[in-house]
Amino acid sequence: MKKLVQDFEVLQRKELNDEHFVLDVKALEPLPEIHPGQFVNVLVKDSNTTFLRRPLSIHFVDYERNTISLYIKKIGDGTKKLGELKEGDTLNIVYPLGNQYSIPNNANTLLVGGGCGVAPLLYLAKHLKEAGNNVTTLLGVRSEKDAVELDAYKEYGNILVTTEDGSFGEKGYPTQHSVLEKEKFDYVFTCGPEPMMKAVAAYSAQKNIPCEVSLENTMACGFGACLCCVTETTEGNKCTCTEGPVFNINDLKW
Amino acid sequence: MVNLGVKLKDLSLKNPVMTASGTFGFGEEFEDFIDLSNLGGIIVKGTTRHHREGNPYPRMAETPSGMLNAVGLQNKGVENFCKEIYPRIKHYDTNILVNVSGSVIEDYVETAAMINELEHIPAIELNISCPNVKEGGMAFGTSCASAASVVKAVREVYKKHLMVKLSPNVTDITEIAKAVEAEGADSVSLINTLLGMAINAETRKPLLSTVTGGLSGPAVKPVALRMVWQVFNAVNIPIVGLGGIMNAKDAIEFILAGATAIQIGTANFIDPQVTEKVVVGLEDYMKRHNVQDINDLIGALQIQ
Repeated sequence: MKKLVQDFEVLQRKELNDEHFVLDVKALEPLPEIHPGQFVNVLVKDSNTTFLRRPLSIHFVDYERNTISLYIKKIGDGTKKLGELKEGDTLNIVYPLGNQYSIPNNANTLLVGGGCGVAPLLYLAKHLKEAGNNVTTLLGVRSEKDAVELDAYKEYGNILVTTEDGSFGEKGYPTQHSVLEKEKFDYVFTCGPEPMMKAVAAYSAQKNIPCEVSLENTMACGFGACLCCVTETTEGNKCTCTEGPVFNINDLKW
Repeated sequence: MVNLGVKLKDLSLKNPVMTASGTFGFGEEFEDFIDLSNLGGIIVKGTTRHHREGNPYPRMAETPSGMLNAVGLQNKGVENFCKEIYPRIKHYDTNILVNVSGSVIEDYVETAAMINELEHIPAIELNISCPNVKEGGMAFGTSCASAASVVKAVREVYKKHLMVKLSPNVTDITEIAKAVEAEGADSVSLINTLLGMAINAETRKPLLSTVTGGLSGPAVKPVALRMVWQVFNAVNIPIVGLGGIMNAKDAIEFILAGATAIQIGTANFIDPQVTEKVVVGLEDYMKRHNVQDINDLIGALQIQ
């Protein structure tokens, strides 16, 4: 798949809460096929402390509007500057990067997301539903105000939430949710903080369910030139940007 | 029509723009973004005698106007290069140089001898300046005696253009440059990365698994320019300048300081099309300054 570097036009910025926002950006040429799990690398302007591009998961693709949605958490100056973009601004993007989640057919699938790691799961849920799968999305957040976009996930299946403070859904971490013992899943997909993904991987391994995780290693280029984002696999170091970000847990040295 | 062609001794480049090793993969990674035949040359990923896994993650840290890396020469070894990679890239209509590194002199010699047999590789860049490998690497480039010994040994087996990449992590880079010139280096490229480190104050931990790493990007440009100018005044062989070049203006500065050609490194990560843009920008500069031949700009720095 040909990689592109293009200017996109910012259509809108939706603030989800005090930390997270979704940026809808419109391509000036027809979008190429984009797969769930792939990412973009965006150029941040006007930030003295941001030298490299910022890799971001693709949250959603709307081919009718020719837009990509990016789910972003304000962490450093770079992501804060992205949070100041307005309608009509330009964003330079290298894309589509990375591999993709597997899409089974007619299976009972579980998607587990935590923090801004939920980013790729919405587009994945859409593809899974379209392939005839039953989709359950389980989001782990700190508090009720962080439980956002639930209606969007509901379009593609069940949505369950855990909050650390118990203010919404079940109290605790996603790997403590009762659904994990109540229901039998055929596939598990996860993205989020590494400790959460490792717990999801352990659950999947114990139940003997195939599990794919999406890694967020720091990187410079995003297309296999810098060799900075490697993860240790059973076949040696592999670039997260080209051979990932999605890995089957059996291939990782977890 | 202005002339952008330059010569590194017998090695002709259609323009002075090359890519720095370790930032451009094997060229293939950039085929979606640019036409490689528009470049003067590409220098592919550092190659060693044997397979190397490189250093553990994390290997990279963003720093003010630059980045630190500690990749540690991850590569599949020279035999894999000759058998698997060379057949895929040898058709490129540009000069393909292989960056050769090693831990002991024998490794450099054996690797260079194998690359010498590859018809479409007109030159190697001898890396005696990698700061990210435990033994060898930069250790060879930080004393005149060891730099001379590795160049001498490689010169005996390598018959084509021998470029030697110098380390900035030395007291006087001109002494090293003179030492490798005396042993038969055809050109020198400088600078490799500056040894640096980054710390996370909150966790009290280093940002790199190796604690220290190599600094690149615009942060190092003034140091690189200074060293190119010093070496230009000390040796008679051509110089290839690199260190933080982000655009054509930066490239012109290196040429004025004495570089016959330049390499673009870290900028490739931020704009994968930067190399082509620099070629166009050099031509624009020449037209704007009414310069017909880029060779008239080499070392044309006007002091007073």
